[in-house]
Amino acid sequence: MTWEILISLLAATVQSGTPILYATLGEIFTERSGILNLGVEGIMLVGALAGFLGAKFTGSPILGFVLGGVFGLGLAGLHGLVCIGFNGNQVVSGLALTILGTGLANYLGTPFIGQSAPGFSPMPAPILSRIPILGEIFFHHDLLIYLSYLIPPLMWLFFRYTRWGLGLRAAGEHPEAAAAAGLNIYRFRWAGVLTGGFLAGLGGAYLSLAYTHLWTSGLTAGRGWIAVALVIFAFWHPLRAVLGAYLFGGVMAFQFRLQALGADLPSSLLLMLPYGLTIIVLVLSSWRGRGDQAPAFLGINVEPSE
Amino acid sequence: MIMKRIVLLALAMVLAWQPAAAEEKSNEKKNIKIGFIYVSPVGDAGWSYAHNEARKAIEAMEGVETSFVESVPEGPDSERVMLNMARKDFDLIFATSFGYMDPMLKVAKRFPDTVFMHCSGFKTAPNMGNYFGRMYQARYLSGMVAGAMTRTDTLGYVAAFPIPEVIRGINAFALGAQSVNPEAKVRVVWTKTWYDPATEKEAAKSLLDVGADVIAQHQDSPGPQEAAQQRGVYSIGYNTDMSQFAPEAHLVAPVWNWTPFYKEIVRQVKAGSWESKSYWWGLEKEIVDISPISDKVPADVRKKVLDKKADIIADTFTVFTGPIKDQQGKVRIPEGKSAADAELLGMDWFVEGVIGTTK
Repeated sequence: MTWEILISLLAATVQSGTPILYATLGEIFTERSGILNLGVEGIMLVGALAGFLGAKFTGSPILGFVLGGVFGLGLAGLHGLVCIGFNGNQVVSGLALTILGTGLANYLGTPFIGQSAPGFSPMPAPILSRIPILGEIFFHHDLLIYLSYLIPPLMWLFFRYTRWGLGLRAAGEHPEAAAAAGLNIYRFRWAGVLTGGFLAGLGGAYLSLAYTHLWTSGLTAGRGWIAVALVIFAFWHPLRAVLGAYLFGGVMAFQFRLQALGADLPSSLLLMLPYGLTIIVLVLSSWRGRGDQAPAFLGINVEPSE
Repeated sequence: MIMKRIVLLALAMVLAWQPAAAEEKSNEKKNIKIGFIYVSPVGDAGWSYAHNEARKAIEAMEGVETSFVESVPEGPDSERVMLNMARKDFDLIFATSFGYMDPMLKVAKRFPDTVFMHCSGFKTAPNMGNYFGRMYQARYLSGMVAGAMTRTDTLGYVAAFPIPEVIRGINAFALGAQSVNPEAKVRVVWTKTWYDPATEKEAAKSLLDVGADVIAQHQDSPGPQEAAQQRGVYSIGYNTDMSQFAPEAHLVAPVWNWTPFYKEIVRQVKAGSWESKSYWWGLEKEIVDISPISDKVPADVRKKVLDKKADIIADTFTVFTGPIKDQQGKVRIPEGKSAADAELLGMDWFVEGVIGTTK
């Protein structure tokens, strides 16, 4: 494998990791507030369709991208209503959301399959793109990838150094204590669910606006589920999410290049690699005993006190 | 009185003659109802789009009424759709995906008076025929264009599933490229998808990264075309002219044109002369063709391609004519021989110059 191929592989890694990164970060935000949302796949797909249609009909990819996030937020709001408003089972509601989201997006999107919309194209970042090697890997992409570089550090700072961040984590770790301290945990949980939905919607919109400029049913192809798994791999830490998303994206990009280079391996085996790796990584992270770093009240509804 | 008798006699004769005439013509149908089943949505381009264009063309024929159901998953769902059409007295049903074969066979047994036509399969019944086109002929021509335009002598092929149809297409493409450029190599990446733009685009990019400067594809999505367009290299479309998705990159596309075939079958069914058969038409009947070649391709290359097309149509040239070696250098089709249809339909090996596996 030559040097150029290696660099292009790493650049492709960043690109295929990005939609998953958005969704993983969103799910981390949601889970940190104590709400488990298994509807990421559905939210992403709705975000992808909303983003595509937004860009198609307004002609503005940026507007489309934001719209993808807003629809993701809307769908997550439904989850919030069931879980926070009505104390419904979070697992069931999340699964229902995936079914609803994929069904809705595939149904509404059918007339638009095979059509294209304006989207984001690669534009090398000024100055940064000229850094040797790193510039080629990280700064020859589209705007949305640069944006995704900013979110993990900001989220980390938010969780660690802000009052709201602390409050959101308290809602997931120890809601009763947080409530006793006078925090409105419902508000924090709502914020967690909606922000998470917004980010997952952005991840979906990335697929239809930057990764390709097309819409098709099932465009997300299971990436939402990978994001849910990567949250555990990341131990609910936004910076480690970057590692997880790029690892998955990297293996995806790697197996195609192995094929293109003429590796004499069955293609089915290679196509399976990213998913197999996800399972192995999950097993390893549980084995190391850090799987119990989940927020203590993750997935548990808080009964309103009388 | 006599007059009255003559009239009566004439009337009797008319009455007597009418049923006989009806008997004679019972096979002929004035109005027929035709159903189409598509595996994917019609959309703006691609496999089902091409079938639907032909459907629209036969809809314009006299006494023909058509309807279609799109996005029908292969398997039990398709059986239900066909059953429903047969119950509603459709005279002719076209199912346009490989996986509809067994469900169609089942339904065909229950409705012996309905004509069933299955695309791309190999099973028939007294009232069920099948049909396909020799797309490999058009792929050979598109390979000539690609072979003439590459500067790196590396062509990338984004391949769908390792089945004979796809392998045959890759081989024909490689042979076409080698006919104008003996150095041309074809690198193959399998996606195991028929329509997944994100995956197919990623696969195309991986081919571009290893030096390919012309991208060909077998899937329905324009994902690979986008990748070629963004990198500023060339692409070969498929199914329908894909130049709208890659105006700079797109050179030519092997395309489907089902209209002449569907018209012929409709004519046969209306005339009552339809018989169960396996059709495998080629360029000569225009069921497959190539889209207009881009003017980026030099005029002499374009002429060469069109001359070759004329040779195939005139049957003075066949694509799989020996000597053809496989990847290991073993002679698979000896000199002076052409591959038989049975061999083509079961093809599971790559020709020399293709890099990749058929696994």
